[in-house]
Amino acid sequence: MTRYFTEDHEWIEVEGGLGTVGITDYAQGQLGDITFVDLPETGATVAKGDSVSVVDSVKAASDIYTPASGTITEVNEALADEPELVNTDAEVGGWLYRITLSDASELGSLMDEAAYKTYVESL
Amino acid sequence: MVCHALSRSSVLSEYPVNDDNQTEDLAPMLLPLDAWHREKGGRMVEFAGYMMPVQYEGIMAEHLWTREHAGLFDVSHMGQVMLSGEGLEAAVEALLPIDLSTLKLGAVRYSLLLNETGGILDDLMVSRWPGGLYLVVNGATKWDDIAHMRECLPDEIVLNHLDERALLALQGPEAFAALERHVSGDYPLSALTFMRGGKFELGGVEAWISRSGYTGEDGFEISIPGESAAAVAELLCGEPEVKPIGLGARDSLRLEAGLPLYGHDMTPEADPVSAGLVFGINKRRRSEGGFPGAAHILNALVKGTARQRIGLTLEGRMAAREGAKVFVGDEEVGVVTSGGFSPSLQHPIAMAYVDAAHTADGTALEIEMRGKRLPAKAAPMPFVPHRYHR
Repeated sequence: MTRYFTEDHEWIEVEGGLGTVGITDYAQGQLGDITFVDLPETGATVAKGDSVSVVDSVKAASDIYTPASGTITEVNEALADEPELVNTDAEVGGWLYRITLSDASELGSLMDEAAYKTYVESL
Repeated sequence: MVCHALSRSSVLSEYPVNDDNQTEDLAPMLLPLDAWHREKGGRMVEFAGYMMPVQYEGIMAEHLWTREHAGLFDVSHMGQVMLSGEGLEAAVEALLPIDLSTLKLGAVRYSLLLNETGGILDDLMVSRWPGGLYLVVNGATKWDDIAHMRECLPDEIVLNHLDERALLALQGPEAFAALERHVSGDYPLSALTFMRGGKFELGGVEAWISRSGYTGEDGFEISIPGESAAAVAELLCGEPEVKPIGLGARDSLRLEAGLPLYGHDMTPEADPVSAGLVFGINKRRRSEGGFPGAAHILNALVKGTARQRIGLTLEGRMAAREGAKVFVGDEEVGVVTSGGFSPSLQHPIAMAYVDAAHTADGTALEIEMRGKRLPAKAAPMPFVPHRYHR
């Protein structure tokens, strides 16, 4: 199980050919109180970099770009009633969607946890 | 993750209501409380050419704290202007649709800076101080406003930009209790009712205090010398009722209160009638005219306008944002000018300009957001009742 990060503050945890995607704790802190998450449709085929989800906070709406290409298999239904899970548990219970990866080689361009930590400290 | 285009911001760096382009090439300026905000944990963003705190502990918590207790807002970016000189009354009445004959010493009134076609250049507060008229104008527009006033006012009128003064707002049901402990003057603080002001000493500092604000709550706006701002802010936040509140909650509070934001809910393209700001044109001026754009506005008062600013309440939790289109069936009937999640009501609310045929309270409308149609209803404003101390 490996976790990768994007410069846009998404994380993807990969096990076998399946990825789980969310936003980082740093990102939720910057967004503030999250009031709604517009999740993708299950079954949708998406390409790396597509805007697949939107996270609404009191102050603004933010696009979530998928860190990898593939097919959406599952979304986090708990967020419908409790969008604040993304604030309280961004990197575990506040996950957004699961995706079967169509091209695992895409992950090579993403950061690992140490690189992301360094990146955030540089902001 | 990048902020959605409709909200016109990059989420991690900017606050969405910042549309002030005139200073975008300049380094942001620092206000007297800059260090104080940082010390209090304020997240600083550029707004109207200044570094300002968008939030401290979080917009939701700050919003609700203000509705229940009292919040201290730094609004020192706004323009404070003193007008004085011979012929002041006539000169200002030629510039603003205000009736100065009814503006008594210490009274505060809402007014509008208008262009020749009746478009709104800014909204402002006008107070009668001993020795002249004290104006508070929006931060993002203050340089244009000052240039416009200098251009339009005769040479006998002296315009003094009080840029050495800070402006604080203390807002909320407990604002009076917290402020009263530190105020002394020729009359008690309780002598001020809504839209009245006076001179006081606040913690030993000379302060002009008016009972007014931008949250819908009881509260005060406090003009003090910039060098005393940190001491006064510290004094007020030392009271158990008071916490510092950022721009984010200021925006969500004013939206719930139905108060328009310049540059968004009113622009030079909108006239006061369609903006629902006819109260900013005093009664005598509605019959007499004699202010910029009067012909257009008086005509609109009689004939009505094609569009009107209305409130919208939304079902579900997805917020409508500025720029979203409003529909009735397939017909596009309007555009959202402000929108967001209401922390007090726990559902999204918005302001929009909508074709007059579809503005009646309760009218079913749809707002297009990200390819979806969100059901909405025309709703009376304020969304959250005002609690002014009249």
